[in-house]
Amino acid sequence: MNRRSLLSANAKDKIFNVFAILCTGLSLLILVVLIGDILYKGLARINWSFFFNLPSRFPEQSGIYTALAGMFSLLLFTLLIALPIGIMSGIYLQEYGTKNKLAKFIEINISNLAGVPSVIYGILGLTLFVRTAGLGNSILSAALTLALLIMPVIIVSTREAIKAVPNSLREASFGMGATRWQTISRVIIPASFGGILTGIILSISRAIGETAPLIVVGALAYVPFIPEGPMDQFTSLPIQIYNWTSRPQQGFVTNAAAGIIILLVFTFLLNGIAIYLRNRWYKKTTA
Amino acid sequence: MAIIKLKSERVIEFIMLLCSLVSVLTTIGIILVLSVDTIKFFKDVSIIDFVTDTQWTPLFEDKHFGILPLLSGTLLTTFIATLVAVPVGITIAVYLNEYASKKFTAVVKPLLEVLAAIPTVVYGFFALQFVTPLLQKLIPGLAGFNALSPGLVMGVMIIPYITSLSEDALRAVPNSLREASYGLGANRFQTAFKVMVPAANSGIIVSVILAISRALGETMIVAIAAGQQPKLTFNPLESVETITTYIVQVSMGDVPRDSLEYRTIFAAGITLFLFTFLLNNISFWIRKKYSQRYE
Amino acid sequence: MENEFGLYKLMTKDFSLFYGPKQALKSVSIKISANTVTAFIGPSGCGKSTFLRSFNRMNDLIPNVTIKGELMIDDVDIYKNMIDVYAYRKKIGMVFQRPNPFPKTIFENVAFGLRINGEKSKQVLQEAVETALHQAALWDEVKDNLNKSAMALSGGQQQRLCIARAIAVKPSVLLMDEPASALDPISTAKIEQLIYELKSIYTIVIVTHNMQQAARVSDKTGFFYLGELIEYDNTDKIFTNPAKDATQNYITGRFG
Repeated sequence: MNRRSLLSANAKDKIFNVFAILCTGLSLLILVVLIGDILYKGLARINWSFFFNLPSRFPEQSGIYTALAGMFSLLLFTLLIALPIGIMSGIYLQEYGTKNKLAKFIEINISNLAGVPSVIYGILGLTLFVRTAGLGNSILSAALTLALLIMPVIIVSTREAIKAVPNSLREASFGMGATRWQTISRVIIPASFGGILTGIILSISRAIGETAPLIVVGALAYVPFIPEGPMDQFTSLPIQIYNWTSRPQQGFVTNAAAGIIILLVFTFLLNGIAIYLRNRWYKKTTA
Repeated sequence: MAIIKLKSERVIEFIMLLCSLVSVLTTIGIILVLSVDTIKFFKDVSIIDFVTDTQWTPLFEDKHFGILPLLSGTLLTTFIATLVAVPVGITIAVYLNEYASKKFTAVVKPLLEVLAAIPTVVYGFFALQFVTPLLQKLIPGLAGFNALSPGLVMGVMIIPYITSLSEDALRAVPNSLREASYGLGANRFQTAFKVMVPAANSGIIVSVILAISRALGETMIVAIAAGQQPKLTFNPLESVETITTYIVQVSMGDVPRDSLEYRTIFAAGITLFLFTFLLNNISFWIRKKYSQRYE
Repeated sequence: MENEFGLYKLMTKDFSLFYGPKQALKSVSIKISANTVTAFIGPSGCGKSTFLRSFNRMNDLIPNVTIKGELMIDDVDIYKNMIDVYAYRKKIGMVFQRPNPFPKTIFENVAFGLRINGEKSKQVLQEAVETALHQAALWDEVKDNLNKSAMALSGGQQQRLCIARAIAVKPSVLLMDEPASALDPISTAKIEQLIYELKSIYTIVIVTHNMQQAARVSDKTGFFYLGELIEYDNTDKIFTNPAKDATQNYITGRFG
């Protein structure tokens, strides 16, 4: 046993320790720098006019009003489509289908879909909803596309939430003569509600940040009106940000930064609520 | 009464089954949609040209339909991202698992999750408006649009993917192995890299594959900061275009539908889809095969 | 005056251990001679495993552990004077209750300790592995399969492999925490035979809840109850004529 290599084993330990802390610190530093830079570039721009103005050729007069309206309408329709289908799928796969081959096949499918790039969903939506179904560049097309995109998120979190419900509850319900669906609707869904809600919020957070599929499906950058129905054209906050980022004028860069601040506030708020809910619900089911 | 109940039960079950099939239909839809127009595309362009031509200029006068420039852009940016994210991500995962205190982990993990939650358009802005100017001060001759800046930023974005999944894999290794290693006098570094990481290697590999797949499919960061000129190059200091950027670029333009130029979206799209589909299935297969190591 | 210096391999003086506020070991004082087998017996939760693990500072891996008193190996207090815990653990071998071979080959398992010490020579490794496997009475069963995975061995074989792994680095002390409790009777008998044979080379401390086993293999026995060392004496005295009532009650099965 030679001394020299013994020393280097302990040295490796210490060096790795330092290296790992540096890596962690660097990653967090980049996060801080990113947020700091954006705040620096855009915070001053945020005022009432920014919120209520329509987009314009002049950066100082441009605002995110239509982008916000578009984003909320889009979100509303997306959820209306994605939630019922997604939650039902999750319940089915977890409560009914864990034994048969079809369920396994669907499982593999969902795992695949979760990994498909978002632009591909855009192409799917473009062909299927915008062109073939004739829905045009409307909120409905985009909502359908986004719904397909976030569905794996909803399905997986619903399944996880249901899986966490202790079997003893099921047995108690069946023991009293309840049917399958009664057990699900009266016992299991209420018990897993927190987890399902967490999944919903996370999928919302994901949906509001999506840009690429919306561009492909035809969200416009210059939309000087509020959409009034699902068949209207629309824009969204990330699209507006993208559009402003690509312009050379400094004023638009500032606008983009300001828009990002708003987007980040929404995103972090939603994620924060989701984490809080998850912790509360987790305590409830394990207490 | 009982018979009616059973019927309504079956109806509900049927409805739920239909909902589940939506996911299957989605996959079929994607494959169909991409294939149909790709087949039409290859009626006009030979596969050999598609795979070997070194230029991609479908929208110019002199049309070339070689996928290599777009592919090189995608692979180059992904490569840079992977180069950053894999060492850093695994290092952090090992550190959290073997060295760090519970308090440290409780603080750091959620902060890293924040990195994963940031919308990609924000990262794109950051790459173009902060990272590129910064790099230009360090590297003279760096173009305003280049592969390095979005590559690095993408790398930062996927660090939490690798860290989180690798850490889960490490945590699943039975503690008895760790005890055996320490009992023999190994230090933390040796225990981590000679026992824990090898025992968790399938999970760690899966995390890397999924992160790569994520980077391949990324759009906004590269669309904003990498450039919109397809160029067959492996020089990170030049501007490149990725498959994803191209798809977005053409969608925003006025290309008439059902034209050859329009169909290039599908040919490019299916190329990307095949890569990510392959990677995702490999990782699924690895997860299945190695999930029962300790029984 | 009794010269304690250099006489005992392992020695503790008023050694106490706390998990946070809870006291798990109360002022344990013991002296263990070299090349003996000492058994720790007592009901579940009495602290015998905790005490065993104190000897190679495995309790460091648990958060919020504090200790008082002295614990000496070869007359060095390992809590007060210890700079390099890792180097120190290489001198103490530990075998755990459930066999825990690494998911590596049989050869690599036994060679692990040597490799982390920097040993690279193939010949040295080969010799050390062979010697250890011989000493652990496993060589004949695995000599043609050194490159097979250790996970393919039976429970009893895995435990002997863990013993081989521990002794491959030639420690001077061997700590065994209920080494046969997860094994069938035949494997148990083999392990007990092994302990008897290894005594001439190592100082062995074994925790067991099986009193017959303690009576069979050990020279001295220590009876623990609720964190205290109640009685410590020659094994035959403990089992035939213990001094304390508590010991008597435990041995005759009144509790525990």
